[in-house]
Amino acid sequence: MFFFRRQWRKPAYRQGFMEMLTLAPGIAAWGLMTGVAMATSGMRTPDVLAMAILVFAGSSQLAAIPLLGAGAPLWVILATAFCVNLRFVVFSAHMRNYLMHLPRVQRLTMGYFVADLTYVLFTKRYPVPGATEAERDEQMAYLAGNATINWLSWTVCSVLGVVLANYIPAAWGLGFAGVLALTGILCSLATSRMRIFSAAMGAVVAIMAYTLPLKLNILLAIVVSVALCMVLESSMPQATADK
Amino acid sequence: MQSLFDCLRAWGLNDGDPWTFLTIVLMAGITVITRSFFFISDAPWTLPSWAQRGMQYAPIAALAAVVLPEILMTQGVFIHSLAEARIYGAIAGAAYFSWRRGSGQAVLGTIVVGMLVYMPLHVGLQW
Repeated sequence: MFFFRRQWRKPAYRQGFMEMLTLAPGIAAWGLMTGVAMATSGMRTPDVLAMAILVFAGSSQLAAIPLLGAGAPLWVILATAFCVNLRFVVFSAHMRNYLMHLPRVQRLTMGYFVADLTYVLFTKRYPVPGATEAERDEQMAYLAGNATINWLSWTVCSVLGVVLANYIPAAWGLGFAGVLALTGILCSLATSRMRIFSAAMGAVVAIMAYTLPLKLNILLAIVVSVALCMVLESSMPQATADK
Repeated sequence: MQSLFDCLRAWGLNDGDPWTFLTIVLMAGITVITRSFFFISDAPWTLPSWAQRGMQYAPIAALAAVVLPEILMTQGVFIHSLAEARIYGAIAGAAYFSWRRGSGQAVLGTIVVGMLVYMPLHVGLQW
């Protein structure tokens, strides 16, 4: 994390770090259970550890494991990972205006670390991209702080899950803590009627389209919700006022 | 490439199947590509303002799309019984959140309270 170092002293770094830290128990429990799932999948331990440390995308890891086990061709595994990650492509369109002032290597490094929760917390804290250099600097410090603790708690706990797999029965349902962390964030975002509508549509579409392969139901849910919200917004302009 | 694998093997990081390791490294590459998709290129281009406005609805839609199926579905089917610990855990967590909304630790409390309701039902009653 070569370019995060100069951010450490900034208040926004600390703020991003602390905001994500309150979610750490949920991320930790979730990472732990992903680690357990990987360790009990039949993959060799060194491979599981490499995956836990490098890939940093829980759902694509869980989707790839059965394919690896079945000896699927490389391109099938990569295409699967890509499709499961398609929601990040949508997020990247949103993040673009926040990050374009950085050189490419730093952008891509930042991109690697912007997982779901970091994206959600960041865009909640900063609804519009920074207009001045000072603002952009502050935003990058927040993003770096937030991403650091997210990566640390996820990765350390996935590795712990791999190591402790035999001692943590899946029957305890610890992974539910991750669902609760997301539930808390979901509630914190529900600040306007339009957003609640967006959440409701997202849930309905994701459940109705659940049988789609490769978690495409989530992508479909995002696209349908955003489209419906925009149609609603343009048909009744006062809805924009209650952001 | 072969010497890289030998080196990794010497560290005990990979005991013999370079292809699996290569697949994993490339999966990390997919993580970078998908998360950076629209800002990989340096070409000047801005998201049209209507799309930028629409994007404010993407985070909550994505979260709801991930979370609600986890709570309301079992093995790909909508739940058909109320003996389901996840419902009560999630309700308790959300109730705590709306009570404590705005305080710094509201999400942490959501996790703790939700688990306190969920675990006895799940482990004790097998819900």
